Amino acid sequence: MSVVTRRHEEIQEKIENELPDAILDIEEHQNAPAIVANPSRVDDVVRVLKENGYNHLSSVSAVEYENRYESVYHLRRITDDREDFDEINVVAHADRDEPAVQTVSNVFKGANWHEREAYDLMGVRYDDHPDMRRILLPETWNGHPLREEYDVDQPQYTTLEAHANPIEERYEVDEDESALDTMFINIGPHHPATHGVLHLKTVLDGEVVVDVEPDIGYLHRCEEYLCERLNYKYQIMPYPDRWDYISAGMINEMSYARCIEELADIDVPEYAQVIRTLAQELSRIASHMLAVGTFALDLYGELNVIFMYAFKDREIVQEILEDLSGQRLMFNYLRLGGVSYDLPEPREEWFEKIRDFTEELPEKMKEYRTLLEGNELLMKRAEGTGILEPEVAKEYGCTGPILRGSGVGYDVREVDPYSYYDELDWDVVTKDGCDNLSRVQVRLGEVEQSARIVEQCVDILEDWDGEQEIQSRVPRSVSPPAGTENYTAVEGAKGELGIHIVSDGTEQPHRLKIRSPCFSNLSAFSELAEGEYLADMIATLGSLDLVFGEVDR
Amino acid sequence: MLDTSKTQISERREGDVDPRMNSKLREMFGSLPIVTTSLDKVMNWARASSMFPFQFGIACCSIEMMHTVAIKHDMDRFGAGVFRNSPRQADLMIVPGTINAKLAPRVKRLYDQIPEPKFVVSMGSCTISGGPFQEGYCVVKGLETFAPVDIHVPGCPPRPEALLYGVMKMQEKIKRGESSPVTVKPYEIRELQDWDRDEVADFFEDELEPDTLVMNYTHSPELREVSEVEEGVNPTTPAEPTEGD
Ligand code: SF4
Repeated sequence: MSVVTRRHEEIQEKIENELPDAILDIEEHQNAPAIVANPSRVDDVVRVLKENGYNHLSSVSAVEYENRYESVYHLRRITDDREDFDEINVVAHADRDEPAVQTVSNVFKGANWHEREAYDLMGVRYDDHPDMRRILLPETWNGHPLREEYDVDQPQYTTLEAHANPIEERYEVDEDESALDTMFINIGPHHPATHGVLHLKTVLDGEVVVDVEPDIGYLHRCEEYLCERLNYKYQIMPYPDRWDYISAGMINEMSYARCIEELADIDVPEYAQVIRTLAQELSRIASHMLAVGTFALDLYGELNVIFMYAFKDREIVQEILEDLSGQRLMFNYLRLGGVSYDLPEPREEWFEKIRDFTEELPEKMKEYRTLLEGNELLMKRAEGTGILEPEVAKEYGCTGPILRGSGVGYDVREVDPYSYYDELDWDVVTKDGCDNLSRVQVRLGEVEQSARIVEQCVDILEDWDGEQEIQSRVPRSVSPPAGTENYTAVEGAKGELGIHIVSDGTEQPHRLKIRSPCFSNLSAFSELAEGEYLADMIATLGSLDLVFGEVDR
Repeated sequence: MLDTSKTQISERREGDVDPRMNSKLREMFGSLPIVTTSLDKVMNWARASSMFPFQFGIACCSIEMMHTVAIKHDMDRFGAGVFRNSPRQADLMIVPGTINAKLAPRVKRLYDQIPEPKFVVSMGSCTISGGPFQEGYCVVKGLETFAPVDIHVPGCPPRPEALLYGVMKMQEKIKRGESSPVTVKPYEIRELQDWDRDEVADFFEDELEPDTLVMNYTHSPELREVSEVEEGVNPTTPAEPTEGD
């Protein structure tokens, strides 16, 4: 169980002093204590927490119980200092028949989308929410699918109407007194620059974007619903691969493994830890390569040289990972308590392959930099566009290269270490530009750092003389004690990838919520794009590096 | 509203000449069998040798599709590498990924917007049956439930080599002028006014125009009775309903 630190006690006292009768109870979650707040005062509680340094709302998840609904908020401190890092949870109960909780979207803007999702899937209403609509499912959907009582077999009807017709009426946005003469366009859901199935409802004034609203859910694949019907031990593991499907599978698997291993108290042998770390960093390289390649694709158009080089390097990484796990993309390699196979034989050859890649990498990175930064056209479009101030980024819960491109060095690997990262020597990459270019540069820098980690892991594995234990003893059926819950995160390729598991004592999770970094990063998109040129909006979208398997889940 | 739902999808059967291969010239020279046969051959050869796939990424499979186009696998070597961003310029639709109830009407519309003759390669188990997400509450169980498919490429995701093989099989079929039997299961997209009154939730009555296109989604298509579908109302239903689904 979590330790209640001095800081937790102080903050609890502070809230009790400032807001008498706002705290109803204190619960214990695996990761941190949870303040049970008065459902109508939860925004005040969260505000006090925010003022006292818990400045990052990771996620909001709604959980159903027999006699109530719960809305659980996970707050963290964004910091680059391990000593300063801390987390705390807030819980608000809502009654069974008409679940409603006060919104916190006036405290954290990022809560807006999270609460809409909780409403969409679980049917918990948030009072005073500015925009309480469905977010993932079509507007015309019937029922809230994560509820126990939901009937999957009822017929549903969806319409083609979601696309507003641009010629039917002129869209006018009031700004000051003068109504602007504007034009409305739909971008997506199959537009090639949206990197998947995103629909942007855009209002243009000339060439300037005055209003943009992302419409998501075109790849909602019911991941949470499915995971809640599968066994912890083997059945859930293939699904994480499909959240962030751009080769970041190893990291996603780690996020699930970390959460359940902490909750069910499973050890991982050190040898397996090293392999996991190696695999995760290879995944990160492949993922960032695609991000850089497609960013160039968005700016230059048709299959250009950066894209091709990036794919060439991805092929090499995918081959290495295929040797390790047997699959190119959907690895299904991690197991609870370790990994599924030992390194491929002959090991020397495999190590040689990795070494060849990492040795050539500095030369290649130089080339990427020349191609990107030496190109005036690209620099003009990437530098100074898509500005995201660090304060705004924190408001929306942006993480990963997006946040680090705004100069905040928050990296879960550093502040809340897992796997083998603690023993290795690497740096967190940050850039202060806050623009599209910085975000891409951060990714390039991270590829180099990942290669450093990979090299060190290979060294360690080569000189390994202890027992090569790839999996610890895991009980035949994994079932954490009833009523326990845990939220942990890992540093995904796109940011903080968190998992919230609530156990009811069976072999299947009662609730499994995925905190997807892309979801939060995308929610800040309108801040980034409004006031920019339409063409720069596309560049900004590319620099966010979205993957819709993770946004929509 | 564009009435794209009414595109006729002709019935196709193995062995017969695919009506999609018909051309105006063929109609003109109908009485001169030798000329038309050779002409058809040339046309089909041309069609197969320069396919224009439609660039349409949905999910994980589209990453492998990008690898198929990019360096190393390079689909261009087989005359099918020029991806078009607009359905109007394409003739091959590769559908790479999971389709859910929100996306399905859009995929249908994109399919309808591709000019004839058009061919569909479905990539990955998601487009065959819903794949790993089959049990999901809003996942459509396969592309074939609302659009005809010529070639299925199984896998999750299929390797680039597998997709190449699938596309080449497609080309072979086109060259020979034949195509696969089509089974379209009855997922319907109809105008609101065509639905039985009690079938449509009251909600729609007040909210929508009578000519709005509405698609229904059922979690378990086998629960529905096929006979419900009136002939001719749903253009995607083949004239002879295939037995069972
Ligand atoms: S078949 Fe597999 S890889 Fe392809 S879209 Fe479906 S889940 Fe993803």
